Amino acid sequence: MMNNLLEYPFDSKMILRKRRAIKRELTGSPNLIEKRIAILGGSTTHDIREILELFLLKHGISSRFYESEYGRFWEDAMFGQEELLKFQPDIIYIHTSNRNISAYPVPGQTEKEINQLLEEEYTKYESMWNKLNEDYHCPIIQNNFELPYYRLLGNQDGVYLQGRVNYISRLNMKIYEYAQKHDHFFINDIHYQSADYGLKEWSDPFYWYMYKYALCINAIPTLAFHLSNIIKSIFGKNKKALALDLDNTLWGGIVGDDGAENLVLGEETAVGQAYTEFQTYLKQLQSQGILLNVLSKNEEENAVSGLNHPQMVIKPEDFLVIRANWEPKSVNLTEIAKELNLLPEAFVFVDDNPAEREIVRQQVPGAAVPEICKPEHSIYAIDRGGYFETTVLSADDLKRNEMYRENRQREKQKQSFSNYKEYLLSLNMAAEIAPFQQVYMARIAQLTNKSNQFNLTTRRFTQKEIEQLAARDDYITLYGKVTDCFGDNGVVSLVIGRVEKSCLHIELWLMSCRVLKRDLEYAMMDELAGQCLGRNIDTIYGYYYPTSKNGMVRNFYETQGFSKEEEDSQGNSRWIFHVTPNYEKKNTVIRLVKLGEHDE
Amino acid sequence: MNREDIFNTVTEIFRDIFDNKSLVLADHTTADDVEEWDSLAHIGIITAIQEEFSIEFSMESVFEMKNVGELVDAIMALHNG
Repeated sequence: MMNNLLEYPFDSKMILRKRRAIKRELTGSPNLIEKRIAILGGSTTHDIREILELFLLKHGISSRFYESEYGRFWEDAMFGQEELLKFQPDIIYIHTSNRNISAYPVPGQTEKEINQLLEEEYTKYESMWNKLNEDYHCPIIQNNFELPYYRLLGNQDGVYLQGRVNYISRLNMKIYEYAQKHDHFFINDIHYQSADYGLKEWSDPFYWYMYKYALCINAIPTLAFHLSNIIKSIFGKNKKALALDLDNTLWGGIVGDDGAENLVLGEETAVGQAYTEFQTYLKQLQSQGILLNVLSKNEEENAVSGLNHPQMVIKPEDFLVIRANWEPKSVNLTEIAKELNLLPEAFVFVDDNPAEREIVRQQVPGAAVPEICKPEHSIYAIDRGGYFETTVLSADDLKRNEMYRENRQREKQKQSFSNYKEYLLSLNMAAEIAPFQQVYMARIAQLTNKSNQFNLTTRRFTQKEIEQLAARDDYITLYGKVTDCFGDNGVVSLVIGRVEKSCLHIELWLMSCRVLKRDLEYAMMDELAGQCLGRNIDTIYGYYYPTSKNGMVRNFYETQGFSKEEEDSQGNSRWIFHVTPNYEKKNTVIRLVKLGEHDE
Repeated sequence: MNREDIFNTVTEIFRDIFDNKSLVLADHTTADDVEEWDSLAHIGIITAIQEEFSIEFSMESVFEMKNVGELVDAIMALHNG
């Protein structure tokens, strides 16, 4: 399979050589989403575009490209390039490098002169980003600057203001400050990438003089890989959870054979330190919202005794699901996913055993399976894979583990009720349902990009687009945010409808699977009906567009009292509902609260 | 590596790059003979060859090669040199 050539750690040489065959194989993949990507280059970008296309295909994104003429990144941005305007990019990537720095400080220049030089250089970029923002309202990805390939001041080049290392560092800091203040602006960190790759090879001037590439050709897959990780993250295609093997993955040794007391873990030995640091890394991922789970071939009691080892950095209660048995791991992984209401492809499977990795690769397509070999390299394997590339750190991400834990408590409570409605009432749910609010825009955009299962039309939106829709008079937008006796679920449901005379066309209706079967969809419908009555809308049209993932809502509109008007051979259907003043509310279990009432 | 081995390896590289398993090269083959062998594809060919044979062409030599035969000779000189 050519596809495997793109798995990290990849062989750049083979990707470059076989790019056409890889593209041929991936182009027909099912369920690709289409995105338009503009590459504005300060150097040659042709191969970057070709290789980026492959990595994006692997992430399920089929891309069309606009490529600026050689070196015209600034002109294209500043002077309203007509072709680019027509292209309407979803993402703009600015591929610049230290070759594009117009002037460096020279010996003898004063601090004031150098500061002015820096300000001029930086302003050129800032005005470009602002202009792009005005014209295109889409996320911008900007390279920072890599280190210079020679240093006139040697090891003190970073110290003196006249040094290029110093100058580039300051320029980068200014770019980061801009990024901190702008939500749709992301850095492609070629400063780190080139260091990691080897600056000497990355910046080999051969490729600049010969072809005007700012990096060596063989480094292009690395650059494109990082870039594709940022892009897939923006479009909500990050992984969400880890399924972790235990023996010789989280600790050294086999707990069933060696006994928990003999596991290799902790600061006393070199190997123990490696496992401990790996656990510390995983625990940090958890604090960023990544869900930790155990997936081990073990007797359950042996697994638990290992997890209770005093030197474990990750505690048993840090794991959401602990699955230790002798079933195939592919089966267990699918079941863990089901238990958490996630898709199996949201998982990264971590196991030192190549045979287990292979079965998961074959049986659970879409799940990521990094190459875990030596314990001291486990962190690399996960970190460099870019599975959890961060572009938005919403408050919900940080709380995600807590929310899933609460969900599991709800499951337990459910089992103690024989009557489902009694159970729902016992949850003491309160919902805030209102037009989109500014504070939730990041979360709302994230939901439109991440929700696949309970999603009627699977339309994706950027935050910018969401903000624009919310401001329009001819749109009704609603979000639903739910709390219950176990905690806050956050914003979990969205409806977007377009008003046309006395009709409403529902362009988006989605709900996070973490609140399935809680009747929130009825509360949303009640509020939507109320809004329609308030605007003299008497007819609501619902649309269902099938994908491989949203089968669960095929008949959703029927359960809401709509009637099917038409359905084509692909299963796309249109539904109609007449709103009347005697509309009867469907929700009887969720209390409605006003904006902000939740939070105390 | 003898000249024939090098020639065959070069052919494999061309076949990969142009995704054409039946591509046949001769010493006198030039960019004009292979559809899609433009300056951008040329960069890919040179890079792949440098990687495959662990050699580095000088900038002049890249411009001097007129056909596949000269390319193979240049590889031989560097590879066995």
